[in-house]
Amino acid sequence: MTAAAKYLRIALGVAAVLALILVPATFNRYGLYILSQWAVMSIAAMGLNLTLGYAGQVSLAQGAFVGIGAYAGAILTTQGFPLIAATAVAIVLCFAIGWLLGYPALRVQHHYLAFVTLAFSTLAFLVFRNESWLTGGIYGISNIPRPHVFGMATSKPLPFYYVCLGALAIVTAAVWWLIRSPWGRAFMALRENPVRALSLGVDTRRYTLMAFAIGSALGGVAGALYAPLTQYIDPVPFNLSLSLDLLMMVIVGGSGFFFGPFLGTMIAVLLPEWLRFTQGYYLMLYAIAVILLLIWSPSGILGILDRYLTQRRTRAASALRAVAKPKLEVAQ
Amino acid sequence: MSAVLEVKDVKKTFGGITAVDGVSFDVREGEILGLIGPNGCGKSTLFNCILGQLTPSAGEVKVDGRLVTGLRPSDLNRLGVSRTFQLLQVFPRLSVRENLILAGQEHQGSMLGRLFGPSDAGLTKAANEMIGFFKLDHLAPEPAGGLSYGQQKLLDAAMAFMGGPRLVLLDEPAGGVNPTMLGDLKDRLIAMNREKGATFVVIEHNMEFVMSLCSRVMVMAEGKVLALGQPDEIRANPAVVEAYLGH
Repeated sequence: MTAAAKYLRIALGVAAVLALILVPATFNRYGLYILSQWAVMSIAAMGLNLTLGYAGQVSLAQGAFVGIGAYAGAILTTQGFPLIAATAVAIVLCFAIGWLLGYPALRVQHHYLAFVTLAFSTLAFLVFRNESWLTGGIYGISNIPRPHVFGMATSKPLPFYYVCLGALAIVTAAVWWLIRSPWGRAFMALRENPVRALSLGVDTRRYTLMAFAIGSALGGVAGALYAPLTQYIDPVPFNLSLSLDLLMMVIVGGSGFFFGPFLGTMIAVLLPEWLRFTQGYYLMLYAIAVILLLIWSPSGILGILDRYLTQRRTRAASALRAVAKPKLEVAQ
Repeated sequence: MSAVLEVKDVKKTFGGITAVDGVSFDVREGEILGLIGPNGCGKSTLFNCILGQLTPSAGEVKVDGRLVTGLRPSDLNRLGVSRTFQLLQVFPRLSVRENLILAGQEHQGSMLGRLFGPSDAGLTKAANEMIGFFKLDHLAPEPAGGLSYGQQKLLDAAMAFMGGPRLVLLDEPAGGVNPTMLGDLKDRLIAMNREKGATFVVIEHNMEFVMSLCSRVMVMAEGKVLALGQPDEIRANPAVVEAYLGH
């Protein structure tokens, strides 16, 4: 990468962050709600991107972990615990359950693994709905409080949006660091060639379990924020369709690309809103847009960018070779 | 000379088929042992039994005198036994340098220690040395999937050397590699053997390659050891000529 391209990237990043901080101050209540939802779901999608995109383990259970996190958050904060404590509980709980859910992945892969995680998703939904002593059953849990941050109430939409954005920033930094650590490299090895990875000393069992556990824990973080965002939860939002939505966000954005989940979530959360003027047709248009995108670029939106950059680099390399060749012939 | 690898009466059956039928041999410290034989004679299955990809039905495998039968491949690798596979096995979306760092990182401290340690596990220098040694310098930042077949074979072999192994098992390193690059590969293997003291077992069908590289050659046929000796003895052995080399 040239210095100019590097500065361009940094400038783009800074501009995006500033826009995310400043522009929403002009948004109305509904706009802020949608944008907060984007931040929360981006966290969950980043978790799934880690499990699926980097480590190559299919999961149709990320929505269930958002649910577990949301119930942990809702139950604890309505009992008077601070949100940060509730989030910690959600992380530990989802990490542990995600670890256990990883065990089937040591035996089965791909579609079979998808089915195992799908069954778990259904199981979690049934627990949310039927164990009313804990979850309030179909009546759910209402009056979920929003936290105080450094003594300031965040019950209004804008301050709470900043809570979500702050959490997203922390998670982004943590995942960025994880992906660049030797663990991130081992996750990618697991995705690309588990047999070879094993022969190179990579303990594929432990890394598979870790990929599930960490990805699920991020689902838990998203859930713990989702509860105070909506301030009311019942089992319905955490059924299988949320897991499928999250899967779509990861794939549309670009599975295995760091910024894929941000884009995918933006499309899944915002596009239906933008298409609302078409009234009854918006879901159809949305579905068609997704189909066309995946035909054009099976590796998602960032896949298009990646292809373009690779092509440019290949052309540059060919040009260099073309210059170098006559010199070699002279040397001979 | 002490034996790095001792294989005793190893047997592997798949249903009614006996792929490896009571094979015993030693690999001495610092030698290059060639392993030849017709297709389906059990060479790769033997490798898989030694390295834990398969569990032998009977018999035992010792590395440096330590019984390793039943250990997982990752454990064996960390004991200093490394391998390549018959079919090309690199990580296509990782760069050449990242492939090499990955190949060495699991030898650096504990899993948790690596998480909080440097992102290259302290291996950039070692990886760059290996890249230089295998003459892949200009390709270091490229994704491994974009390399030519021969270059990927070189990278594949280089990866097997990253953890500083005592013993390396190479399964058809020369398969599909063009003659020029084959010479390079042979030079690198000999240099690895002489300079770094690595011990090799090499499965190969290219006779010229095997006979010029190896100090001893073992011939397998139908799951059994047919002959074991110096390259010249093997070439002159009538049973080997009959079963494999041809007249």
